[in-house]
Amino acid sequence: MTAALQGREPALTVQDLRVVYETERPVEAVRDVSLTLHRGEILGLAGESGCGKTTLAYAINRLHRPPARIAAGGIVFHDREGADVDVLALDEEELRAFRWAKLSMVFQGAMNALNPVTTVRAQLRDTLLAHRPGISRAEVRQRSEEVLTRVGVDPARIGAYPHELSGGMRQRVMIAMAMLLEPQIMIMDEPTTALDVVVQREILRETVRLRDELEFAVVFITHDLALLLEISDRIAVMLEGEIVELEDAQTLYRDPQHPYTKKLLTSFPSLSGERGAFIRSSEEDFLEGDGR
Amino acid sequence: MTRVEVRDLVKDYATRSGLRRTTLRAVDRVSFDLEPGRTVALVGESGSGKSTIAKMLARLERPTSGTIEVQPDDGRPVEARAYRRHVQMVFQDPFASLNPFHSIEHHIARPLRIHGRTSGRAQTHERVLQLLERVRLTPAEEVAQRRPHELSGGQRQRVAIARALAPGAKILVADEPVSMLDVSIRLGVLNLLARLQREDQLAVLYITHDLATARHFSDEILVLYRGRVVERGPADDVILNPQHEYTQLLAEAAPDPERVHEGGKLRFTARPKIDNSRCFNHTTGSWEEAGTPSAATSKG
Amino acid sequence: MTSIPGGGDTFSAAPSDTPDLGTAAIRSAPDRQRSKPKSAWRSLLPTMTPWLAVGLGLVAAVLLLGTIAPLFVGDPLAIRDQGLTPPSSEFLLGTTQTGQDVWAQLAHATRSSLQIGVIVGLLATALSCFFGIYGAYRGGFADELFSLLSNVFLVIPGLPLVIVIAGFVPRESRGLWSIALVLALTSWAASARVLRAQTLSVRGRDYVAAARVAGERSWRVIVVEILPNLLPVIASQFVFAIVAAVLAEAGLSFIGLGASNSLTLGTMLFYAQNGFALSLGAWWWFMPPGLVIALLGMGLSLINFSIDEIINPKLKNARLHRKRAQRAEALERQLMRRHRGKTGARASEKEAVR
Repeated sequence: MTAALQGREPALTVQDLRVVYETERPVEAVRDVSLTLHRGEILGLAGESGCGKTTLAYAINRLHRPPARIAAGGIVFHDREGADVDVLALDEEELRAFRWAKLSMVFQGAMNALNPVTTVRAQLRDTLLAHRPGISRAEVRQRSEEVLTRVGVDPARIGAYPHELSGGMRQRVMIAMAMLLEPQIMIMDEPTTALDVVVQREILRETVRLRDELEFAVVFITHDLALLLEISDRIAVMLEGEIVELEDAQTLYRDPQHPYTKKLLTSFPSLSGERGAFIRSSEEDFLEGDGR
Repeated sequence: MTRVEVRDLVKDYATRSGLRRTTLRAVDRVSFDLEPGRTVALVGESGSGKSTIAKMLARLERPTSGTIEVQPDDGRPVEARAYRRHVQMVFQDPFASLNPFHSIEHHIARPLRIHGRTSGRAQTHERVLQLLERVRLTPAEEVAQRRPHELSGGQRQRVAIARALAPGAKILVADEPVSMLDVSIRLGVLNLLARLQREDQLAVLYITHDLATARHFSDEILVLYRGRVVERGPADDVILNPQHEYTQLLAEAAPDPERVHEGGKLRFTARPKIDNSRCFNHTTGSWEEAGTPSAATSKG
Repeated sequence: MTSIPGGGDTFSAAPSDTPDLGTAAIRSAPDRQRSKPKSAWRSLLPTMTPWLAVGLGLVAAVLLLGTIAPLFVGDPLAIRDQGLTPPSSEFLLGTTQTGQDVWAQLAHATRSSLQIGVIVGLLATALSCFFGIYGAYRGGFADELFSLLSNVFLVIPGLPLVIVIAGFVPRESRGLWSIALVLALTSWAASARVLRAQTLSVRGRDYVAAARVAGERSWRVIVVEILPNLLPVIASQFVFAIVAAVLAEAGLSFIGLGASNSLTLGTMLFYAQNGFALSLGAWWWFMPPGLVIALLGMGLSLINFSIDEIINPKLKNARLHRKRAQRAEALERQLMRRHRGKTGARASEKEAVR
């Protein structure tokens, strides 16, 4: 997979980003994070709760809310159609146009992010109308059906309400919505967490297939490192706001450098290989000092 | 040594769609044994009925038919009120299973008092501290005074385990005990459960959707699909040599970094037609009808 | 009405379904060392804010007026010659048409109104607790029955029902208690629904199931596990019931169906209306009772807002962090401005984005 990445231009550059929560004692949720996302790349972002990965995702498209603030650093989007965009310099209007058209996001708990009282059709339409006010009804319908077919949802179900769809289907609809305007970057925050492994693999397959067809870059955020090892080109491991290791997937798996990466890798027992760090009949318990 | 015999467990729910009433069979003739010192894993996806089985074992739901028989040492049948002294449960969500209003001490002291394990405040307090130390929550004195929201997910789950042990139960139903915890803490909690099982010779029912931890943590695995057991047998046999198409599908779909990039593309097999009327029993090495009360649950 | 959150617990600060970035960060902040853990009961009380202080002050003032003042004023019913005199040194609030001391009347009327308010509050809350909480906990037929009952009472329009009932009660026996009873019977239903919804929500929580699995008996589960999480809602419903009762009583009395044999704020207004106080410009007669009602209502509502914060801790977080949020926003805007200034080529950006 590294070979495939060579020669790809960068799509997004994050430089020394720092995000601070202005609470009683200010907390640095994201500390001097730098990374480059290439066109068509799947970058996995791994980490556990509280490591800052969701904050980072939100900050990249400036969705974070006070008391969180970007304290330092830069985010530059390299548009396929020419110029570079300094995301931090955009004003409200520009930001609105930027979001979803250039960079879209599939949120955590996306299955509950669909409006329960409107149909899928209405939600897709609203998104399209918000960004392309001049669009005609016929175009709306055509684009909606096209995007649903792309993610593997039968277009006949476009009139359904979210509660009539299964969890996996709702997730696909969310991905379809994120793809509506053909963004160049898609950020997916824990998109498969609440889904069954079988459905999860189906969603992963859709994501990879879409990436192959449309050449957008994906930032895939999850705590499930095993999953990332299967679909990512490169993986970034986050701990307490910092990226402690950023490597291509195979190298990270075979030869991890950072102790935290090693710990994560030994945390999941494998199905087929040797038993991992987990030894059931040993005398030791794997505990941190205060029995975390 | 207390054991549990579950035979032909069935749970029906009455559902209504419009004016029609239908019955949804959530659990269909499931049988298994729980033996001291051994772990049985119930593996299945959502909708497979595994949580319903947990609830029935914990007496939160009543089975439509079938029996759950607790057999203590002395062979005398366990009467209704003493059931909870023998069978306890660890819930899935560490953030929801502790009452935010009460202290940790309250959560562990109540079962002690209810089942008469201690009498008087001093003795109860002592025992609470002992239990906290058993689950490695130290300093116990300080933790006992805290309230749930001051603890992390892993710590709360340890409290839940201590609470389950308080009545002196020998049978533990662990309903997805680590699925809501951070990856790096999961093994710690599972190892804790394993140690407690060894020390107390507990019979554990480990319910999960994760095949990998089921393999390493349990002696026997039952694979559930839509309420029926479709494969059963010793853990390694079921995982390394799955016979039923559903088990094979689960094994295929689970993320496995060891089998990456066969051909450079993401592994994917389409979902086959799944027939849950038959079950493969690794102990007998043969197919049987789903719902056969298996006499051949590996004993000893 | 008070706001009831969907799934959150009253006392927990843990993030629920949606990733509440703010609380998540706060939890991970290194401030878990606590000298003495806060008692559960302590966190049931609202924190002092200006709103709460004003509310408490108003209610305290009205309470003083109703409890202490009547001991120090003259006879409110004594008729004199000096009809409709404006406030003076002798009569602090002037006199009524029949020369009665308005200030004395006000004190006694406040006491009666408060009595009605509290009685109705207690009665209505007791009824709604029983029908709401117990029914929801038992489930099944009891729940359906109680739910039906509260729905029926809800649907029947309150004030007309009160008027009809009050109209049927003969004038002589229309005392404080009968009015209070009538008001309580017509106002418990809305509360019952709220409590039922809240109980259903709490009942489904894992910790209630865990208590049952641990072996707790039903009544203990209700009292020890469920009730503490319901107390703030009950408190707020109680406060609301008092406000509603005082207002309803005033309304009833104003149209002549109130407790005519006793002196309440409503009956004062009734007599003021009958005595043409408004057209005669005798503001000292009708304004004080109206003002007392208004101030009492406002004070109780302000207290209710503070109770709202306990029910929904996110409100409290929002208030506490407003200043910090503003400061964070200001700092961030500075950063954005610096970036905008740096990359002077805004024109090309605009094109690229569109």
